[in-house]
Amino acid sequence: MSPALRRPRAWLPSGRTMVIAVPFVFLLVFFMVPFAAVLKISFSDVQMSVPPYTHIAEFKDGVLRVVLNFAHYGEVLSNPLYIGAYGYSIWVAGLTTLICLLIGYPACYLIARADPARRNLLMMAVMLPFWTSYLIRVYAWIGLLKNQGLVNSFLLWAHLIDAPLKLYHNNVGLLIGMVYNYLPYLMLPLYAQLLKLDTRLLEAAGNLGARPWQAFCTITLPLSTRAIVSSCLLVFIPAVGEYVIPEILGGSNSLMVGRVMWDDFFVNADWPTASAATGCMVLLLLLPMAWFQRLQRRELEAR
Amino acid sequence: MTTDAPRVQKTPAAQSQADFVQIIDVVKKFGDAVAVDHVNLSIRKNEFFALLGSSGCGKSTLLRLMAGLDAPDGGRILVDGQDITALPTWQRPVNMMFQSYALFPHMSVEDNAAYGLRREGVGKQELRERVAAALDLVQMGKFAKRKPHQLSGGQQQRVALARSLVKRPKLLLLDEPMSALDKKIRQQTQFELGNILYSVGVTCIMVTHDQEEAMTMADRLAVMNEGRILQVGRPDEVYEAPTCRFAAEFIGSTNLFHGVLAGDDSPLFACKDLNVPLRVPNPMNARGGHKVQLSLRPERIALSHAPAAQEANWASGTVEQIAYMGSYTLFYVRLASGRLMEVDVSRTAVRAMSRTPDYGDTVYLSWSAEQLVVLEK
Repeated sequence: MSPALRRPRAWLPSGRTMVIAVPFVFLLVFFMVPFAAVLKISFSDVQMSVPPYTHIAEFKDGVLRVVLNFAHYGEVLSNPLYIGAYGYSIWVAGLTTLICLLIGYPACYLIARADPARRNLLMMAVMLPFWTSYLIRVYAWIGLLKNQGLVNSFLLWAHLIDAPLKLYHNNVGLLIGMVYNYLPYLMLPLYAQLLKLDTRLLEAAGNLGARPWQAFCTITLPLSTRAIVSSCLLVFIPAVGEYVIPEILGGSNSLMVGRVMWDDFFVNADWPTASAATGCMVLLLLLPMAWFQRLQRRELEAR
Repeated sequence: MTTDAPRVQKTPAAQSQADFVQIIDVVKKFGDAVAVDHVNLSIRKNEFFALLGSSGCGKSTLLRLMAGLDAPDGGRILVDGQDITALPTWQRPVNMMFQSYALFPHMSVEDNAAYGLRREGVGKQELRERVAAALDLVQMGKFAKRKPHQLSGGQQQRVALARSLVKRPKLLLLDEPMSALDKKIRQQTQFELGNILYSVGVTCIMVTHDQEEAMTMADRLAVMNEGRILQVGRPDEVYEAPTCRFAAEFIGSTNLFHGVLAGDDSPLFACKDLNVPLRVPNPMNARGGHKVQLSLRPERIALSHAPAAQEANWASGTVEQIAYMGSYTLFYVRLASGRLMEVDVSRTAVRAMSRTPDYGDTVYLSWSAEQLVVLEK
């Protein structure tokens, strides 16, 4: 190679570094920096200005003053509204995870045992909703669940009920929407794991005297525990902070954390408190996230 | 591990009971392909029986049918007089040792071995004793608490064996038990396995594609091809007197000749590849012109620099390839007709020659009539 072409390569980083750098920089710009900004706001104070919060650091006359206001964290952690909201969020997320698991595990199991051609078709059917807009899907549920909606109209027409069921703007609608949205998130990783299950193990178990349900309980379930837990965490962690579904399908009394935060941000213009609530939520979810990370690493090591 | 002198016992025919396991006209099809084509076999009690054949011949399918992992499309399977054809696998008195061992990765060695007994509902004390006995039998007692991924291939095999024996099955099935082991330890393991199974006293059917393994371990074997049983017999019977071309070629190696009967009820066959006729010990009961195949094992041929003084059963050619194998040497001799013949000369015989044949040497091959086997198919 001629010297002219060789020179610029000397100061550019190596190809491998560049490849790793891309997702790194992406995460840095679109995750770390905004998160750091939110944390900064959580330590500041409310102020009638644009933006509506004070600066935490001030450099005047050669003195750097950093003021960290912990009052908002105190507010969040002591306010029954917030505590109730956190509790409710965890409860809804937990219930969503449970229902997703009860529906998703048998579905994944059956799909994994189907023949290869049909398998792919079925999993594509599970993923198909992702091709449409998230908001549209949630709105579509309104059309199904409201009093004059399709579900009630059908049940009334079939004379199965006398009065329309209350499925909209309450906990039932909320849960239906949550389960509907989060089910693929549970099924995809679980399916991948169940697919890897060695059917010869089940044959061996059967040959040793285990009936099919015994083989399931003693072989399949224990071997899929890790997959179940990590899939459940994949549903639970984002479900806690869900905003759109409770807002659109949930009732006015079902206050999840996302809702309360939104109110604080846009109704009360209390950015610092809302930011503090975010910080608290991250702390809350730190344990499940760490657990999930540990499971993922164990999974990679096992390969 | 200390090794006893290998003593793979062969069950004397007088002791064994006939027909402990009966496979009657079993058929299995996968779509249009027939994997098992009307197979009939009888296996004696405590016999070690080998199903020998190349990949795709249907032997593994047949084994799975016996284990109950697949259902046959026709025929019956009887074990100790009981028709098990309709029984699901968990009800059969048959246990199988899988080729991949199929040890449960989330259970310890002990729990793996105990699995079958736990499903039976055996009491705690008896369970513990039987598991310990089974693990001691395969010398894995010390590894009882380990998990399968912490064991070597040979150790995993022993655990798989213990697991399949602990329930005292009437019939034990072995699916290519040695295929995952290194070649070096294979032979030793063959003897060990044979000794263990003999001491336990269990009827075994083993599936393998390795003819040496089948010959070493089996009391009787069956050669299988394309879903059909071609020949059944003791290893020496099948080797010395193969009934068909496939059996002759699959077990050991052989030189095959196409012979045409020289005349009515004659012991002589004309062969295009040779200048002289092939003579068999007894005259063949057929008309002249009858076509057969004859098998001649390479180790039965005498190699010499001088022509043999016989009128039939000899050939001459040039040495084209030499393979020195230590205890014997393989010579590939090109005859004048263009035919290549394989000759297996023992070290003693080579040393007895005045000069070791070299590439390009003209040599004379001769054999006696008794060494020729007429193949029926």
